[in-house]
This record gives sequence, structure tokens and C-alpha cells, in this order.
Amino acid sequence: MTVLEFISQPWHWAPAGVVIGLTVPMLLLLGNKHFGISGNLRHICAACIPADIPFFKYNWKKEVWNLFFVAGIVIGAFIASQFLMTPDPIQVAPTLATDLEQYGIDDYSKMLPVQLFSWDMLFSLKGLFFFVIGGFLVGFGTRYAGGCTSGHAIMGLSNLQWPSLVATIMFMIGGFISANLIVPFLLKL
Amino acid sequence: MTKDINSDSPGIDKQKDFEIRSQNAQCVNVSEVDDTKPWFVNLRYLVAGVLFGIALVKSEVVSWFRIQEMFRLESFHMYGVMGVAVVTGMISVFLIKKFKAKTIDGESIVFTDKRFLKGQVYGGLIFGIGWAITGACPGPLFAQLGMGFTAVGVTIISAIAGTWVYGLLREKLPN
Repeated sequence: MTVLEFISQPWHWAPAGVVIGLTVPMLLLLGNKHFGISGNLRHICAACIPADIPFFKYNWKKEVWNLFFVAGIVIGAFIASQFLMTPDPIQVAPTLATDLEQYGIDDYSKMLPVQLFSWDMLFSLKGLFFFVIGGFLVGFGTRYAGGCTSGHAIMGLSNLQWPSLVATIMFMIGGFISANLIVPFLLKL
Repeated sequence: MTKDINSDSPGIDKQKDFEIRSQNAQCVNVSEVDDTKPWFVNLRYLVAGVLFGIALVKSEVVSWFRIQEMFRLESFHMYGVMGVAVVTGMISVFLIKKFKAKTIDGESIVFTDKRFLKGQVYGGLIFGIGWAITGACPGPLFAQLGMGFTAVGVTIISAIAGTWVYGLLREKLPN
């Protein structure tokens, strides 16, 4: 087995977690940067559409490193999906697969259900929720909370910040409510 | 006396700018040496992003299916990834503090404590609801785009719109 083949297998959660966690010291050692991603959404607002809103009136160029980091994520994901994949279908819990089948989702060739996240679906009632409203809640919620999974759950908890623990618990509560009560309803639309 | 930080924002002094940047932000650039460096030093963060992007995809954190499994308690995978990532981060931060490690430019590494805000409760809940619907938090949104799900670009634009509306309503919301 070559190194490339080894990396191309789906990663076990333990080494995957180590690599993701090492992003924290990597950014600190590279230049005193605290791991976080949702701030980029704000920097884009500050750079493109500040509209005289005080919250966006700051020197976004001070945070340009974060935009480089996120551009790297897009490139890294492209590399992984093009060159570091096996052709096998994604493994999904059988109970989830059974439930999704009744909503017409049975394609496990990609990590997102292609029957849900395609351009065709975008212009439907389902698409309105899964793309537009879902995205809006992510953008609004992360900024209101002052961080997302990376900033609060990983960086904040790594630095033992209890407000980040509160935020992380609320992320999880919101997710439990949404995945069990809201998503099944939306899939029926 | 106010000191201009650059020609783009005259009249905003450095301290004020830092305070605004720090509002509702977990990750604020505290580096003092950045201003003295050419723009291309930022390429190191691009490389860091590439590694992180590969890890996001290979760990399947970007998978909508994995997010559903996590919140439906059908798989341990996501809890394992997140748990190990947090422990790795904690040990790293502990070691950096203990040995007073410096950046590769020789700058001291600074940590700031976060204040509790009501937004962490309300905003956290709102984000959690959106997270389970889109199957992605902000990092994976960008990764999904890189994986070729171009329609997710619409989700990202919506997320930017959501952030903008938050900025607009900020003074009227309980913070």
C-alpha cells in the first residue's frame, strides 16, 4: 500500500481528531492566530457591504490571514475530493439510511446527498430551507454566539473558556432539536 | 489624539479598531508583527488551510450524513473526532503556555479570556438549528464548495447575509 492509498482510506475518528486539533497550535505558532472560521463571514461583510453599520466598521485587512486560511480550506477540500478518495460509497448508520429512503434519498456516492444539494433542488421549497434559510441561521447564529464549532468548540474549549462551553452546549441542543424535529419535517416538503 | 492604522480608515485609532474587531469574535488577530510583514506571509495560513481542508474531508466532518447521525445519536464518529480534537487542542495550549512558546517570528503567544454573553445562548441555539439543516458549520461549508458542490455557494452567501443582518440588528438584540 502506498502512502497515497493509505491516506485515501476514510480516516478513523481518532487520528482525524488529532489532525484537526493540531490546527490550534499550528496557527498559534505560525503567527499568534486563534483558530476560527465564522469570523470570515463578518470580514467579507466589512470588506464588501459595511453599509455604515458600526459592527462592520473596522480594519478587516488586519484579519486577512483568516481569509487566506479559508481559501486554503476550499483548495484542500478540492485536493482531497479529487485525489484522496476511494470509489466506495459513504458508510451510513442503517437506521438513518432506512429513514432517508422514505424521503427519496438513497444515493451515497458523495458526502452530501446529491438528491438534496443540487442546483435543481435550489429552486424548490426544500431548497429554500436547506440552502437559503439554513445558511442564514448559520451566519446569524454563529456571529450572535461569537464563534462557531472551530472558534468555540475547539479553540475556546482548548483554552478552557467556560463561555465557549456554554456556546458548544447550545450548538448541540439546537442541533438535536433540528435534526430530530425540524429536518424530518423539511424533508417531507 | 488618534493614530491612523492605515489610509483606509482615517480617524479610527488602533485601540478602537481592536475593540470593534473583538465584538462577538472568538478569534481576533492580536499579532503586532503582521503590519511589518509583506502580504505573502499570509500564504502560510493558506497552507495551514489546505491541511485543515483535507482533514475536514477525510474525517467526513463535512458530510451531511455524519451530522444527522451525530444529532440522532446513531454513530460515535463525530463525537470521537470532536472529542479527540478538543483534547489535542487542550494539551497543545497547555504546553504552549507552560513552555512560553513563541511564534516562528519570535513573538510571544497571547491568550485572551472570553466574556460570557447572552448571545452564546441564543445565537448558539440558532446556529445549532442551522447546522443540522445544512449539515455544515462554516468551515465545512467552504470545504463542500471545494468538493464541487457549487450550489453550496448559495448557502455561503446566505450565511454572509445572516451575519450582515446580525450586524444590523446587533444593538436591538439582548447581548
